[in-house]
Amino acid sequence: MSVTTPSMRDVQEPADRGRRPVVDFARRFVRHRLAMVGTTIVLLLVFVAAFGRMVAPYDPLAMDFTALFAPPSWAHPFGTDEFGRDIFARVLYGARISLQVAFIAVGISGTAGVLLGLVAGFLGGWIDELVMRFMDVLFAFPAVLLAITVMAILGRGVGNAMVAIAIVYIPIFARVTRGAVLSVRGREYVTAARALGKSPFGIMLRHVLPNAIGPIIVQTSLSLAFAILAEAALSYFGLGTQPPDPSWGRMLSEGRGFLQQAPWMGIFPGLAIMVSVMGFNFLGDGLRDLLDPRTNRN
Amino acid sequence: MSLRYLLQRLSTLLLVLFGVSVVAFSIQPLVPGSPARVRLGVQATEENVRILEEQMGLNRPLPVQYADWVGGIVLRGDFGDSLITRTSITDEIVRRLPATLALAGVALLIGLLIALPLGITSALKPGGKRDLSASVVSQIGVSIPDFWMGILLILLFAETLGWLPSSGYEPISEGFFAWGRHVLLPALTAGLISGSIMTRFVRSALLEVLGMDYVRTARAKGVGPRKVLTKHVLRNAAISIVTIIGLQMATLLSSVVVVEIIFAWPGLGSLALTSTLQRDYPVLQAALLMAAVAFTVINLLTDLSYVLLDPSIEYA
Repeated sequence: MSVTTPSMRDVQEPADRGRRPVVDFARRFVRHRLAMVGTTIVLLLVFVAAFGRMVAPYDPLAMDFTALFAPPSWAHPFGTDEFGRDIFARVLYGARISLQVAFIAVGISGTAGVLLGLVAGFLGGWIDELVMRFMDVLFAFPAVLLAITVMAILGRGVGNAMVAIAIVYIPIFARVTRGAVLSVRGREYVTAARALGKSPFGIMLRHVLPNAIGPIIVQTSLSLAFAILAEAALSYFGLGTQPPDPSWGRMLSEGRGFLQQAPWMGIFPGLAIMVSVMGFNFLGDGLRDLLDPRTNRN
Repeated sequence: MSLRYLLQRLSTLLLVLFGVSVVAFSIQPLVPGSPARVRLGVQATEENVRILEEQMGLNRPLPVQYADWVGGIVLRGDFGDSLITRTSITDEIVRRLPATLALAGVALLIGLLIALPLGITSALKPGGKRDLSASVVSQIGVSIPDFWMGILLILLFAETLGWLPSSGYEPISEGFFAWGRHVLLPALTAGLISGSIMTRFVRSALLEVLGMDYVRTARAKGVGPRKVLTKHVLRNAAISIVTIIGLQMATLLSSVVVVEIIFAWPGLGSLALTSTLQRDYPVLQAALLMAAVAFTVINLLTDLSYVLLDPSIEYA
């Protein structure tokens, strides 16, 4: 009786099919209007966050008591606030804070959530139950309230805001990853790797994760959008970025008190938040269209 | 729906609620500083703080304190007293809950009034002009921060036009008109956003049904477009739409927290924030617990209604 052992070559992994798919994907990405608009906005945002200091016409903290509540003009494109600080400069600086918080928070929650989802989905059994029920508990709180609660425990400040936002989004990453892992767990190449005696952890990282990465990438982009919103909300409540640092949310809450004298204080920071969130949302939606074979592309 | 499925869901619900209560309880031991200190103020002596801690039972083991706390809530509906006002938290919640529910209810109504017509018209002609403008509007709605939407509406309707008050609350017992004037702007803030999110879901729910064979058959046998829509499409899309409403109610709760804070609306959300800022943690625990219970129950009911409405879904 002869037993044929399957070689790794017989069961080809989608993630291993050479470079063609990457080129193919890039070509489709460039043609996808939504994804390209999103990418442009995101790149612009990153540029502003990196080089905004050099472009900014004023120091965002410099007060000018001769120009309190100055309306938008050539000298102050977005006007000035109650201390005569230039709102355009503050919006530019705010981009850095927003992006920093968003990237770090999503980095933490993505890493933790993906690991949890990977382990839960791949190992199954009681570990899966334990992890996912814990995620259910975190998921049972309205997002904003959970973030406020974490801030209550940790205290105010921008660093703690990152942790709070990260905790809120861990369950989403865990669920998305687990779902994706379940869909590839039973594939032949995973069975083959198991049969070859590879370690579960090695299989998870080498074979399962790369083939389940699509939804995770989409979720990352959408979570960055949410994180920008969440940071702005926490700062608006006075819990996140502390004065005098220019944060978009903080600027809006300051502007809320002066809407009659200086409506521009309540307009431009919000516009900045909306455009950034849109950028990441567009990118996320575009990536979903491109990575998910079920959605039709039109 | 099988009884087994129902029991299974209920037991998961209890498990999650237990976890939720542990998380809410753990705020108090986790926050730096003693509740007794918050209540007595910064100038109180160590001695007095210690005596009060003993009176409040804070030196008992944590599981005992937890059992006491949960027991009070479950058996007597008693959340304890606020550290700042020293009044009953339960009374405060009972007073504020109607305000939150009313705001969420009106917001959901506004959301549906936007989402149903927009979603249906854009699904009927996908790629058409209406569909494109609806999708632009809903993209903006999804990306707009709720607190900024609130500010823009205040700028327009309160500061510029002077039609509506920019914040505050009137109970409905003071007259429907006064109540309505105050609820409109906050509800519009939350409703516009949830409406734009729901528009996308309604559209895709309808598109899915429109692609079904029975719709094609109905058209082929000469049923008029209006009748196809009401008799075949909407009826079958209703299942997904009910689910969307359920999911939106949960999301709305989160949005309402923010909106309450901007408009100084005396509901549970603003209660949670003020108690956080004042370090009044028993109140935060209560608000958090209430919100999570509402959230979890709504989610469960949504799931169950889905199973009830769609006979083709059978869970063992």
